[in-house]
Amino acid sequence: MTLLYSLSGLSYHIQSWLTRLLGNTMAVLVSEMVIVGLCLIGFLVLLSFTLGYMERRVAAFMQLRLGPNRVGPKGTLQIIADTIKLLFKEGLTPTNADKFMFNLAPYIMIITTMLVTAPLAFARNFQIWDLNIGVFYVSAVSSISVIGILMAGWSSNNKYSLLGAMRSGAQIVSYELSIGLSLISIVILTGSLRISDIVMSQQNGWWIFKGHLPALIAFVIFIVASTAEINRAPFDLAEAEQELTAGFHTEYAGMKFAMFLLSEYVNLFIVSALAATLFLGGWMPFHIGSWSGFNHVMDFIPSSLWFMGKTFFVIFIIMWFRWTFPRLRVDQLLNLEWKYLLPISMLNVLLMTLVALLGWHG
Amino acid sequence: MFITEYFKTIFRSVKSLLTGMRLTGYYFTHPSKTLTQEYPDNRKELKLADRFRGEVVMPHTEANEHRCTGCQACELACPNGTIKIITKQEILPDGKKKKRLDTMIYNLSMCTFCNLCIVACPSDAITMSQDFEHSVLDRSKLRKILNKPDSKLMEGVE
Repeated sequence: MTLLYSLSGLSYHIQSWLTRLLGNTMAVLVSEMVIVGLCLIGFLVLLSFTLGYMERRVAAFMQLRLGPNRVGPKGTLQIIADTIKLLFKEGLTPTNADKFMFNLAPYIMIITTMLVTAPLAFARNFQIWDLNIGVFYVSAVSSISVIGILMAGWSSNNKYSLLGAMRSGAQIVSYELSIGLSLISIVILTGSLRISDIVMSQQNGWWIFKGHLPALIAFVIFIVASTAEINRAPFDLAEAEQELTAGFHTEYAGMKFAMFLLSEYVNLFIVSALAATLFLGGWMPFHIGSWSGFNHVMDFIPSSLWFMGKTFFVIFIIMWFRWTFPRLRVDQLLNLEWKYLLPISMLNVLLMTLVALLGWHG
Repeated sequence: MFITEYFKTIFRSVKSLLTGMRLTGYYFTHPSKTLTQEYPDNRKELKLADRFRGEVVMPHTEANEHRCTGCQACELACPNGTIKIITKQEILPDGKKKKRLDTMIYNLSMCTFCNLCIVACPSDAITMSQDFEHSVLDRSKLRKILNKPDSKLMEGVE
């Protein structure tokens, strides 16, 4: 399988060039970290621009509207205009807020989301950190974000913020379980928590096809639970506009608000990327059994495009949820998790174990 | 039984969610269904709903005839005092005196487009037009006289 161009080749060239230039291993490591960090920040900002534009357009089309279509071609520059507006706004801190906590919370949110992007495989051999507990790392680190939300809500000294933060806490703590169990059901099949191993195990078919019914159920549960985890509609009780003005970020303005927005979009990307990696084969091209001609054509599409395509497919599904379903009440939200998703995902793990033991997963 | 009810609930809710997603998916894949009108750009081919109420007008025929008998039902029906009807005495060819419409004053700045005058009119003399671009620089221009100069009552309308 030879690809015309690849991101892993680029990263290899940069590394060898830096080694020749600096010589010292420590200096190479530090400069690489700086480069990776800058690239990541740039990528995430660009990504959230794209997602912001995509969300508005998708929402508009689903509601028989047009969405932003005036600034720039087809309204693509609207999000730039909005960012400039946010940059010029005053970063107001309320008088009675806990100032330190209030200003710290957005950074905690953004740091958490940036940390979670580390083990994601963006393309073939192109990962920031391929650690051996990748899936576990993602689910562990992503739950730190609830601390950021609670911190933001509580330090604002505002009843709406506090209510939103508390709801968000209840929600994330409950839905974490279903996410964990649906991740485990794929880990049962692969026998490894390392993201690259999980992707490589899908070389002859994605888990959603190879894993039979349990994988499909796990995929649906993962999508539903992760929608709740990132506080998106229909599970957006934490920021329910109609009840709590804006929930935990009511009091934030300017760039601090923009950080919450950025982390929200990056979280959306992360859960979609995780779903794409675990169930839809990550950067693996789509192959059908023995159709070598078809498979060869698929191999010519760069692995990064495969990854982004699958991720954006999942993002589109989550956006489709958001603009179709009405918001759940708090008791309905907890009912859905504890009475339906959790028992079903527990049974599903048992079923998946059966599939793995009988060796049906190929 | 409890367990069958449990699975029935799941089935029903998944079905209803998929029904909703099918509708929004249909809208997403059919951009021609979009209701938004890019107004100043599409002034020529602007599509308005039939029930849209722009302003009260009095249709006249080519012979400059209207259907208003001057009965003042619209003036009484109007909650804001938007309509003012001035009548005159007209002597018919057979020598009888008859009340006829002289001027119908319609004050657009006070109109709430409630349609009550059109409902009240017994002879269908006034209707709502689709014209909505009413902004003017002088308030007095909003005070309109609906009957055209020298217009007459249509034959046969009493």
